[in-house]
Amino acid sequence: MADAPSGMAEQILAFCEELRSEGVAIGTSEIQDSFRALEIVPWTSSVDFKEALATTVAKSPKDREIFDLIFDRHFFRATEHAALEYAPEAGEGRKAALSEQARDDLSMEALAEAIRQAIAEGDESAMNELARLAIEAFGRQGEGSGVVGVDMQRIRRGLGLSPSGDTGGDAESDGERLDRDQIARFERQLRRELQRQQIQRQGQLPPARPLSELNRSLPMRGAQDLAAVHKAVAQMKRRLATLGHDPRGAKRGRTVDVRRTMRSSLETGGVPLNLKYRPRRPRKPEIYVLCDVSTSVSSASTFFLSVLHALHDSFRKLRSFVFIERISEVTHVFEEERDFSAIAEKITSTGGVADISGYTDYGRVWTEFLTDVSADLGPRSTVIVLGDARTNGRPPAEDVFARVADRANRTFWLNPEPELYWNYGDSVMSAYTPFCDGAFECWKTEHLEQFVDVVASGKVETSQSTARKYTSGHRY
Amino acid sequence: MAATPQSVPESPAEVADALRQAAYLADDSTALIAFLAQRLGKPVLVEGPAGVGKTELAKALSRSTGRELVRLQCYEGLDEAKALYEWNYRKQLLQIQATASARDEDSSPVGMGEIFTEDFLLERPLMKAIANPDPVVLLIDEIDKTDQEFEAMLLELLSDFQITIPEMGQISATTHPIVLLTSNNSRELTEALKRRCLYLWLDYPVREREIEIIRLHAPEIDEALAGRLVDVVEMVRELDLKKPPSIAEAIDWARTLILMGADDIDEKTFRESLSIIIKHRTDLDLVAEKIVPRLGGANGSS
Repeated sequence: MADAPSGMAEQILAFCEELRSEGVAIGTSEIQDSFRALEIVPWTSSVDFKEALATTVAKSPKDREIFDLIFDRHFFRATEHAALEYAPEAGEGRKAALSEQARDDLSMEALAEAIRQAIAEGDESAMNELARLAIEAFGRQGEGSGVVGVDMQRIRRGLGLSPSGDTGGDAESDGERLDRDQIARFERQLRRELQRQQIQRQGQLPPARPLSELNRSLPMRGAQDLAAVHKAVAQMKRRLATLGHDPRGAKRGRTVDVRRTMRSSLETGGVPLNLKYRPRRPRKPEIYVLCDVSTSVSSASTFFLSVLHALHDSFRKLRSFVFIERISEVTHVFEEERDFSAIAEKITSTGGVADISGYTDYGRVWTEFLTDVSADLGPRSTVIVLGDARTNGRPPAEDVFARVADRANRTFWLNPEPELYWNYGDSVMSAYTPFCDGAFECWKTEHLEQFVDVVASGKVETSQSTARKYTSGHRY
Repeated sequence: MAATPQSVPESPAEVADALRQAAYLADDSTALIAFLAQRLGKPVLVEGPAGVGKTELAKALSRSTGRELVRLQCYEGLDEAKALYEWNYRKQLLQIQATASARDEDSSPVGMGEIFTEDFLLERPLMKAIANPDPVVLLIDEIDKTDQEFEAMLLELLSDFQITIPEMGQISATTHPIVLLTSNNSRELTEALKRRCLYLWLDYPVREREIEIIRLHAPEIDEALAGRLVDVVEMVRELDLKKPPSIAEAIDWARTLILMGADDIDEKTFRESLSIIIKHRTDLDLVAEKIVPRLGGANGSS
């Protein structure tokens, strides 16, 4: 960075430090890469600078999200810090740069119109200018409150900015269409300008705070969650497909790879001493998912249904069941319907799983599952139970569950309650865990990812199940 | 296509121009990263949803730089014998027999050095990319389909551009290939791999760019129809589909509309040509339910 302003290298290091503190893994080699990249990129262009930095240090969409948040904050703070140090009157100069005439002539409507146009054109520098004008205009009316959030709200309302989709405006031509993203860009300018003025007023920087959980996980919408579940399940698919088949008769029925055997026989002068085998193709797993949809898990059942929904996307051989007092197969619902809400609706209305009381009866569910389905269970089958193991005082029938688990290759239990609550009240989790290959708490997408990781690493052990591991034939 | 394979671009804009000439419209960050990849000689990991032009980017880079494209398509169970190199054992056997009979039985057995030479090596894509005297563009497609062991094997290649063959030693690249790895994000790649790459997230292009892309590939389409087409495709992509329409499919659709002689997308044309962009039965139902009514409404008011 021969011609970079002094302190730039330190700025970037400080920036990377800040990213690390937010959980982005950045190696030293990646920082070196970013320096090399910035040497050849015209870093005076802020877009190029940012992209070059991003491509070398942020290596997943999630990291990139955090990168964007921190980047804006960090370099905004850095410039403001410099401004405070070197030029206390810089703010005044900036104000004067706005032409007098522009300031006087602009009525509120004209301003709003100009802003709308700048937003539509995506002109960042015009937006910046207009954001400053807008703040000043509102300030003149004596409405500046000094609190950034409050001022934002006022100006937004005063300008009447709203995405075109909300007004349903079919009269709008293409040129005037404003979507949410474009408006968000203007509002970012507005917020930054307000912060800048606040900093000028107070003569110091507000303390840097770590990003809150909320900030990080934005945007939090139902569809986003669904997408996250789908992603975790897609990972699970690969791992379930490739793991856990080896225990039984691993060496049986392998086919010799003639080509590789011949090749290795060259070392022994053409005598095939070591047989080489063809790698085993992963078998397609058959998955049986049993999902509790009773009222005690109602908060989690939407999540569970979305897990089911995602599973159905990934696996061909998947049979799903829902249960409360009785069990009912719902595989066909997922095959017929595509839309998640329609599926949820159909399952709750026509599942036919509640008999009389609406309380879960695990004993009966296992018995029904065993008689109806377990003939199909085999060494390829994986049984996943999604439920809270609260029997409402009814017999848990763990011996029946044991027979189900014995027939299946692997059995996993995902419990929507935190592990702390297991076995309290009418929860009989401990009766079932000995027969499971793993029991996990699962009420967020992260837990689902953890489940996938644990299954993948082959260490299927939870604190609950370690002591009483079910050992016959299940090796990991 | 003025660039020779050896030349290095001066600025991101130059790369963008070259890609444009190769019929690929890159946005700013794509052009910048393609530029960085050539200047820094680092591999690029390209991620994004299916059908946004990840593979096409590699092809365009190959066209624009005049380099040969070497492609390795990854799949589950891909091993080094198919990706790196393999000994041509038939030829080796023949060689052993030939020399053995020529020397008669009393002489010493055939030495390792005689049959483990380049003559007996079958080059697979990665080896081919390294050993090629002219620089190439190496595309490792859908890296997420392989297992982690294969990823680990790639590390030596990606950081040092060399391959170690136990019987022969190291083979280093004589020229610097441009390496692109694509991933559909179906699993998390290892940190070690990511650390060696530049990262590029490709998403569906913004409206204006997609219109431009469609008009580039289907020049006969008029601007208004292209705009309308992109609007509809964007609407369809917002639904939760098993397979959202890709850019290539949008282009196919544009060509179809030209052949059909359509000048607007109304309910009838949409239903008739729907199968160009939707390839799944359940998706068809969903689109028919959610999009078709909206089409009718918009058509009625205009």
